[in-house]
Amino acid sequence: MSLMSVQALGKAYKSYKSEWHRVGRWLGLPIKPKEEHWVLRHISFDIRKGEAIGIIGQNGAGKSTLLKLITGTAQPTEGRVIVNGRIAAILELGMGFDAELTGRQNVFHAAGLMGFSYDQIVDVIPQIEGFAEIAEYFDESVRTYSSGMQVRLAFSVATAWRPEILIIDEALSVGDAYFQHKSFSRIREFQEDGTTLLIVSHDRAAIQSLCDRAILLEKGVAIKDGNPEEIFDFYNALIAEKENKTVSLTPTDNGKMQTSSGTGEARVERIAIYNSQAEEVDFVNVGEQIELQVEVKIYKKLETLVFGYGIKDRLGQVMYGTNTWHTKQVIEGPHEGGKYLFRIAFPVNLGVGSYSIQTALTDRDTHLIANYEWRDLALVFNVINTDKTFFAGCLWNQPEITVEEA
Amino acid sequence: MPLMFHALWRYRYFVLSSVQNEIRARFVRSRLGGLWIILNPLAQVAIYAVILSNVLAAKIQGIDNKYSFAIYLTAGIMGWSLFSEIINRCLNLFIAHGNLMKKVMFPKVVLPAVVVGTSVFDNFMLFLAVLGVFAFLGHLPTWEVLWLPVIIATTVILGIGFGLILGVLNVFVRDISQVVPIVLQIAFWFTPIVYPLSVIPESYRYLLQFNPMYPLVKGYQDVLVYGVKPDIHSITMILIVGTLMLVFSFFLFRQASEEMADVL
Repeated sequence: MSLMSVQALGKAYKSYKSEWHRVGRWLGLPIKPKEEHWVLRHISFDIRKGEAIGIIGQNGAGKSTLLKLITGTAQPTEGRVIVNGRIAAILELGMGFDAELTGRQNVFHAAGLMGFSYDQIVDVIPQIEGFAEIAEYFDESVRTYSSGMQVRLAFSVATAWRPEILIIDEALSVGDAYFQHKSFSRIREFQEDGTTLLIVSHDRAAIQSLCDRAILLEKGVAIKDGNPEEIFDFYNALIAEKENKTVSLTPTDNGKMQTSSGTGEARVERIAIYNSQAEEVDFVNVGEQIELQVEVKIYKKLETLVFGYGIKDRLGQVMYGTNTWHTKQVIEGPHEGGKYLFRIAFPVNLGVGSYSIQTALTDRDTHLIANYEWRDLALVFNVINTDKTFFAGCLWNQPEITVEEA
Repeated sequence: MPLMFHALWRYRYFVLSSVQNEIRARFVRSRLGGLWIILNPLAQVAIYAVILSNVLAAKIQGIDNKYSFAIYLTAGIMGWSLFSEIINRCLNLFIAHGNLMKKVMFPKVVLPAVVVGTSVFDNFMLFLAVLGVFAFLGHLPTWEVLWLPVIIATTVILGIGFGLILGVLNVFVRDISQVVPIVLQIAFWFTPIVYPLSVIPESYRYLLQFNPMYPLVKGYQDVLVYGVKPDIHSITMILIVGTLMLVFSFFLFRQASEEMADVL
């Protein structure tokens, strides 16, 4: 049995000729709404225990509405959500706090609103107080709190009990850096103990490091459901592709989907990595000097051409990226049929693992204005460690360690 | 319905603490604090007593006390203020808690429950003060005062029933919150509170049977002023009317709840 099942969910905002028509309809009169505005429709998915799912989409795609329907603060117009377990939501931290009451009183109030009894709350008060780390402010009225302190307290209450499903809406980025780390590790602990996470965020790094699945919403429809890296690549392409250009997906050798998009005035024809012996390779050693070669062909005369690339790790986090705009090597007025070879030489200061190269052909420093071609997973290569001291992490940062007896 | 009571039971602690917080928050920076619960209606009584006593005082029959008019006024206002406070609170209940309802999932039945809790608490405090004032004026209650909880409960049910219907409609048609205070004001003057029943001409008295607050206000007056058993028959009628209103208001809320969160 799945933990949560969303079945053919849809939500419409109805407007009536007159509000009295609306009331008449509740009373069973045969009145039709003047207009039904569907913000979400035909959404179905199942969530299993311990999964972590990111929900992404542009503003207005229906993400918040979907969360509201799942938490139950809004009711669906059609379809249903079946939940087997307790849901906790970190939607808007500090909701329901009364400025005149003390932190402690507010904890009782907020936890009461979550449906806990007095005794249950008393049991966790020391833990909440300890986690929030607001010291003597705990017994001061919330009016005197900084916004950071409110967030600390609110997060501590919302996560005082481990829920079966934890919903997080853009709230990950609040609070100071220290507390962010602390709250992040609590979320991870929950996840290890079997809590399912449902995260809405634009923060690619947060989603890719926490989630193993992502759902992309576009105009109220779930258009893709799958691996977060793929979904994010598709999403980025989608943003660039506002003006009905095509986005294409081709499977790569390792089973991932390569996303490429763009208007096609310039295209990457060939991409490869060469080692110092000028041999084409996919395995490179830590610290080795290599050269990335990218051949670009121009299909239509352009005013400017900028080539950009990024090296991404297995989870899709960008390790390094730049472009010829920043290096001041913009190509002016390339002609149709022209070919350019970009040779990027660099040492592999990366940790062991699989990496991918992403390329972009644009007219300036961003791909949002003109996007000739954007290609994710253009090339995949592996970094191995044959002769360096063992190390962990994704950065090769050779230290010199001296040990002295003191 | 049973589901609702179950939810209410599960949230009983929250309801209690909300009532407590609300009372605490109301007076957090006022010097007289909780005294205002009592001072407000008593000030109202004093105003009417001073202004109207010369006009109407002589006409209060049935008790032998030179402050009879003040005593009569107090009893009526005590009943009316419970009713009007509940109506006014319910009227804006969903709008005031709109943000909370949109963000947090909780059984909505706790909202009116909190209103009931605070209003009954206020009315009980007022009752204690009134007993003190009456004793000071040389008017002692009889055992019939034990009927008061029944009258209070009926007033609460009627008030919540009306109030929630208006509160639900008010979310969609905000004019209601402007109209209701006027209607309440009119209803106040159409109920024998500041004047005795005897000033209404015999031929118009039948109109009072359409005023659901009349039997309740009369109940307050019967037990507090005259020390007699209230008219159980008419109060039972109002209890039935109030319960029907209450059931209808829950039905209306259920029908409206899908769209309510959308317009709040």
